[in-house]
Amino acid sequence: MAYGGTVMSGGVGAEFILGPADDTGTVHLSGALTIRTVTQARNQLLALDRTTFRRIDLSSVTRLDTAGAWALLMLKADGTNAEIAFVGASAEAQSLLSSVEQALPKPEAPPALDGSFSAWLGRFGQRVFSGLMFLRALTGYLGIFLHRLARALRHPSEFKLTSLVHHCEEVGLKAVPIVALMAFLIGVVLAFQGSTQLRQFGAEVFVVDLIAISVLRELGILLTAIIVAGRTASAFTAAIGSMKMREEIDAMRTLGLDPGMNLFVPRILALFIMLPILGLIANLAGLFGGALMAWIDLGISPAMFTTRLVEGTAVSHVFVGLVKAPVFALIIGVVGCHAGMQVQSNAESLGRMTSNAVVTAIFAVIVADAVFSIFFARIGI
Amino acid sequence: MSEREVVIKLRGIRNQFGRQVVHEDLDLDVYRGEILGVVGGSGTGKSVLLRTIAGLQRPAAGSVDVLGTDVLNADEDTRQKLESRWGVMFQDGALFSSLTVRENVEVPMRAIPGLDPQIRADLADLKISMVGLQYLAGDKYPSELSGGMRKRAGLARALALDPDIVFLDEPTAGLDPIGASAFDQLIRGLSHSLGLTVFLVTHDLDTLHATCDRIAVLAERKVLVTGSMADMLKVDHPWVHEYFHGPRARAAVPDGAAKTGQKGD
Repeated sequence: MAYGGTVMSGGVGAEFILGPADDTGTVHLSGALTIRTVTQARNQLLALDRTTFRRIDLSSVTRLDTAGAWALLMLKADGTNAEIAFVGASAEAQSLLSSVEQALPKPEAPPALDGSFSAWLGRFGQRVFSGLMFLRALTGYLGIFLHRLARALRHPSEFKLTSLVHHCEEVGLKAVPIVALMAFLIGVVLAFQGSTQLRQFGAEVFVVDLIAISVLRELGILLTAIIVAGRTASAFTAAIGSMKMREEIDAMRTLGLDPGMNLFVPRILALFIMLPILGLIANLAGLFGGALMAWIDLGISPAMFTTRLVEGTAVSHVFVGLVKAPVFALIIGVVGCHAGMQVQSNAESLGRMTSNAVVTAIFAVIVADAVFSIFFARIGI
Repeated sequence: MSEREVVIKLRGIRNQFGRQVVHEDLDLDVYRGEILGVVGGSGTGKSVLLRTIAGLQRPAAGSVDVLGTDVLNADEDTRQKLESRWGVMFQDGALFSSLTVRENVEVPMRAIPGLDPQIRADLADLKISMVGLQYLAGDKYPSELSGGMRKRAGLARALALDPDIVFLDEPTAGLDPIGASAFDQLIRGLSHSLGLTVFLVTHDLDTLHATCDRIAVLAERKVLVTGSMADMLKVDHPWVHEYFHGPRARAAVPDGAAKTGQKGD
């Protein structure tokens, strides 16, 4: 706003001038006192000797905005010069000054973080507690899934077969290319790295055992689960979360449709069925990649690779690998569905929960894999 | 009142999306210091009109003149200078979600050369306080605020540079009646103390009644009629009549109720 009839110029080029205090203790301001000149104005006003002036004359100020009014009023508010008076202000400037004065914020200290040991212990305890509650909630979702699955067995009409097939295609069929390519490359890498090391001992042929055992036992299924966690847990969370966000889940409940039966069962069950299949595909692709690289790099022919594979690798390794797949599937599915149900009514929480779901699912899969390793080592398979 | 300065001048505006024509040959003047309320049925292009003036939507024909600048043909520098003289508050505040409220309000101020960061933060606190938010709200992120607080924070950001004009898109939509009437008073008070010109798109008859100096009705692809609330009650166009004499209008406009209380239910 322009005061005193100055042409509006956005304040550009308009100079602000602060005169020295005269005999009557009055400081004369002239020019524009706006957000563009406020830094200069504030510094000059603070630099004045506070004992020499009691009044500020605004009659030559051409333009005043809230920033300028703030700079003037802060002299009074911060105790620099509590007695100060503003004279010569136009009616508009006077009204602006009084509105700004009423609105001057009163700083409040944010609630301080209690630094004492007991408070720290309390916060630590709360985090542990919320971590346990998270585990409990996940277990609860697993329970809902199992209960609805059992219910579907008794009342097959409630089961959504179409939905199951759709999700099998989404999480299984459509993941085949990426899973196969990934496993193929892992096989190639293992063969290449293994051959360089084993060649030093003249034990190149053991590269077959190296590839077979590591792919079948661990890498095939673990890396498949990690890829599926990234692909599918996020998709579950995004799909269920956006339904939660738009209150579709609530609408389902009021219409008597159970989210557990309609959303969780088809998704988790599809993953439960498809992950072992994907794991098997990954195993085959990994062995194929390894065999190819062994042939190129070490001259181990496919026939020799097969013979060595059948002789040297117990079938229990395949079993040890694939038995983990359904467990990983449950973990990924439950984490994805649970995270989706935690989405609130804003878009940020959808994004946050989606990335949470992926991180949690991958982490949980690796933890479960470690537990399996210890278990199989103990029982000696 | 007769020689008031025109700050927004629309002439012959035509907006269309594909084959659907929203505005055709639309003229509108907004005067300095007034609060203009724009009403119209759903799909009459109220928000499109706001976006046209604010330069977010280029009309197919016509001229938009804001504060003496031809918005459609201005060069980059002139436009930037003009944009610092208006502020827009979007429906849900449109705050940047990764910034706190204070940082949001500081965003437009960062364009000012040589503004001390501490003074900038203090001025942001002042704006936050002027729109009636608590001091501590400045440290919060938009997702931690209620809908009404987000609107207030959006208004604080629109006011950051002391604009001449503010555009408000549905300022009271989604607020409870108490929050809405507090927001009406806030707009009225700020417009008075800062000398703002307010261009306000709304559906809320209470807001129209409580804040607006003048009302413009959008219908039949143009501004059908402008005038005060009292003028609106005399218009006999069917939609305008229905709007200002309907059951909801009677509650908002007591004198309207007195005149038409015998009609209808």
